[in-house]
Amino acid sequence: MSFPWAKQYEPKQPLMRWLDEKLPLPRLVYNAVGAGYPVPRNLNYFWNFGVLAGLALTLQIVTGIVLAMHYAANAGVAFESVEQIMRDVNAGWFLRYAHANGASMFLLVVYIHIARGLYYGSYKAPREMVWLLGVVIFLLMMATAFMGYVLPWGQMSFWGAQVITGFFSAIPLVGESIRIWLLGGYAPDNAALNRFFSLHYLLPFVTAGVIILHIWALHIPGSNNPTGVDVKGEQDTVPFHPYYTAKDGFGVGVFMLVFAALIFFSPNLLGHPDNYIEANPLSTPAHIVPEWYFLPFYAILKSFTADFIIPAKLWGVLAMFGSILLLFFLPWLDSSPVRSANYRPKYRAFLIVLLFDVLLLGYVGGAEANARNVILGQIASAYYFAHFLIILPMVARSERPRPLPNSITEAVLEKHGGTSPAKTALA
Amino acid sequence: MVRLISYLVGLAFVGVLAIALFGTVSSAISNPAAETAEEEFHLHPHDIGLSSNGFFGRFDNRQVQRGFQVYKEVCAACHSLKYVAFRDLAEIGYSEAEVKAIANQWVIEQPTINPETGEAATRKNVPSDRFPSPFPNEIAARAANNNALPPDLSLMTKARHDGVNYVHALLTGYRPQPAALVREFPGAKTPAGLHYNPYFANLNIAMPPPLTSNGQVAYADGTNATIDQMARDVSAFLTWTAEPKLGARHAAGIATLVFLLIFTFLCWGAYQNVWRDVKH
Amino acid sequence: MAIVNDQLPPGEDPALLTEEVHDPRRRDFINIAAVSFAGVGAVAIVLPLINQMNPSADVLAQSTTELDVSKIAPGQAIKSSFRKQPLFVRNLTPAEIAEANAVPLSELRDPQTLAERTKAGKENWLITLGVCTHLGCVPLGAGEGENKGPFGGYFCPCHGSAYDTAARIRQGPAPTNLQVPEYAFTNDTTVLVG
Repeated sequence: MSFPWAKQYEPKQPLMRWLDEKLPLPRLVYNAVGAGYPVPRNLNYFWNFGVLAGLALTLQIVTGIVLAMHYAANAGVAFESVEQIMRDVNAGWFLRYAHANGASMFLLVVYIHIARGLYYGSYKAPREMVWLLGVVIFLLMMATAFMGYVLPWGQMSFWGAQVITGFFSAIPLVGESIRIWLLGGYAPDNAALNRFFSLHYLLPFVTAGVIILHIWALHIPGSNNPTGVDVKGEQDTVPFHPYYTAKDGFGVGVFMLVFAALIFFSPNLLGHPDNYIEANPLSTPAHIVPEWYFLPFYAILKSFTADFIIPAKLWGVLAMFGSILLLFFLPWLDSSPVRSANYRPKYRAFLIVLLFDVLLLGYVGGAEANARNVILGQIASAYYFAHFLIILPMVARSERPRPLPNSITEAVLEKHGGTSPAKTALA
Repeated sequence: MVRLISYLVGLAFVGVLAIALFGTVSSAISNPAAETAEEEFHLHPHDIGLSSNGFFGRFDNRQVQRGFQVYKEVCAACHSLKYVAFRDLAEIGYSEAEVKAIANQWVIEQPTINPETGEAATRKNVPSDRFPSPFPNEIAARAANNNALPPDLSLMTKARHDGVNYVHALLTGYRPQPAALVREFPGAKTPAGLHYNPYFANLNIAMPPPLTSNGQVAYADGTNATIDQMARDVSAFLTWTAEPKLGARHAAGIATLVFLLIFTFLCWGAYQNVWRDVKH
Repeated sequence: MAIVNDQLPPGEDPALLTEEVHDPRRRDFINIAAVSFAGVGAVAIVLPLINQMNPSADVLAQSTTELDVSKIAPGQAIKSSFRKQPLFVRNLTPAEIAEANAVPLSELRDPQTLAERTKAGKENWLITLGVCTHLGCVPLGAGEGENKGPFGGYFCPCHGSAYDTAARIRQGPAPTNLQVPEYAFTNDTTVLVG
């Protein structure tokens, strides 16, 4: 749309022309995800995950609205109402399993989407605002996912609420008051459950709003691509529709296959057995862990075991929030003008280490806190911070990138064995 | 400037982690964690291969009905089944009349209110009732069971790790405490009133062995009621109580996957078709 | 977000400059097939979303009410409930029965005899839902001392529908008589509704 060769919306039927004059909504869609949005022609499958995240949010909102018709946000009956959904409500088991596993699918897709952004430098100028809004969406998602997990009012729900609101008690002086204010009591109970339900219902719509801004901001510079090279001309792009709608359709099929396999054949794989025990404020489960998508951050929290100037608990909470908030500064920490890690061998190597580091953190977050695991967690956490705050800025300055292709088209033609126009010109 | 702050913050976190790491390593060396009796003697259940397993898994109604008989004659004396209703029994092959009779003859009656005096009373169960709890409340349950609370069984197979196999393993796992355990961990001797069971998380369970002799339940279908058979059957029954829609779920799943495979294949074809002239 | 392209002369389609003229091939059927499958899938997802609003299994299960009518004297009525709706059980006096039978069917908006609305041999037991057929209010007349309306049966205060001693609509906006649920006497004094 921002490129001069973008196709213009030209309604043919009189009704559509009339609508276009009064409310150019079809034009907006045409320019956003239709033929009016020119997209680099060389996007790989990692570029499917933005659309998949949007689909996952839509499915969550739809199944969530329907579940809210049966769920009772009252500590006395919440657990029972969920069981009633599972047993008596028509297709209730499907709706609940779809919603519970939908959260995992959403987070999974978004993690891949973020990893894509990190690898191909999609956070760099001119797309900083796209990235910042993305981090905001990620924070909103985490809050929504956490509050949703509290709603069934099982043992993990209750103790998750207890532990996560406990983060705030690490704040000096006012922490405990904030925790009590958040919960509306001294421990999670009816007041907390009700406000979590209210916010859990609200935040997805806020998220949807920020997603619109995210897409808007994306359409100003247009999509990044695996080479990271700017679009030079019309030969570098194809219209979003039908090229990427077709490709996204295939992505949606694969996504739905994985999703359906989870819902129908392993619906409790990613859950925890303790959440099928009703909340009991007098007994903590033997092994308390968050959902899988929070495990790396939980590992960072657990790794800070030494008091140094401030208490270990506060270090842990600061580091855990810091590990996400530092993403806001990424566009300015990485000063390398080259976007794609394909042309940055050193950065690429460190990024692969980071991938395994985060997977290790995930393992440690879910594992028992014995000496071996704590040591692994501490080393992995140290790398996480070192990667973003020390290594990344240093590498950006010292690294010698590989030569970039002159254009997207050149890179594509080279891949297909043809000679690039530049080389031809030289010859 | 951003870079300088970034280095400082990064060094702070890494530094504190280094201090913490030093503490962890030194304490691990100075007082290494001793192995506990649970770590050494706890056993994991083995797979009992129920018909409900797998992609095409279905409940074996005859087995589930036998398991229901075990629940009725053995477990129901102490364990509630509060999320399951008598009417649900129709799903495992009981006729409407049988469900009515089972509800009507259930030993524990449904609490209600006397319509004339308003006092607490009980009445016979009807199919729409959920299974009544054997104890009026948690305190009564604890008082009758040496201060241990018999948990509700409706969701038991989902509320424990590997729950289906766990129920069977636990019911057949009672045995005398191994002499080696007491020799190695003198403090871990099974206390009076508890029972050694290596499948229970902390090895000592308050529930006395519920299945004690072959033929304890006289199966209506004539199956030989060995302890192992009864434990398998009750596991199957509790798999059904925890996940009554499992059969429908698997059937819907197969249909959905077949549909989605065709859809995905068509989408792939459409994708190739649309892009046929564009190198990318 | 739309940026008007004013570099090109009006009427010039920028797409035509580079793209080859699209020739419709038979392979395009696969695009149509994929889109059709997506449509079928979307419908399949919508079905459970609609079905979930139907009464759940526990609601459907609680659909019978057992009543003891031995304590209702002639001329009296009780209110009970059936499927969460009010249920009127009325023991008609001989005078009320005569009054109901005296009305010619041709005068009625919803012609039904008292005999059709009661069980044979139990004509004095009038069992109806206490839901006005107009817009669902609970008519008066079952409780002691309530307004029975101009026809001595039930009277709905919301919009003025009046029912007679056989609970048939006689005056006002309601279209039909008060509904008689399915019921049976299990013995002389016990009624099983539903």
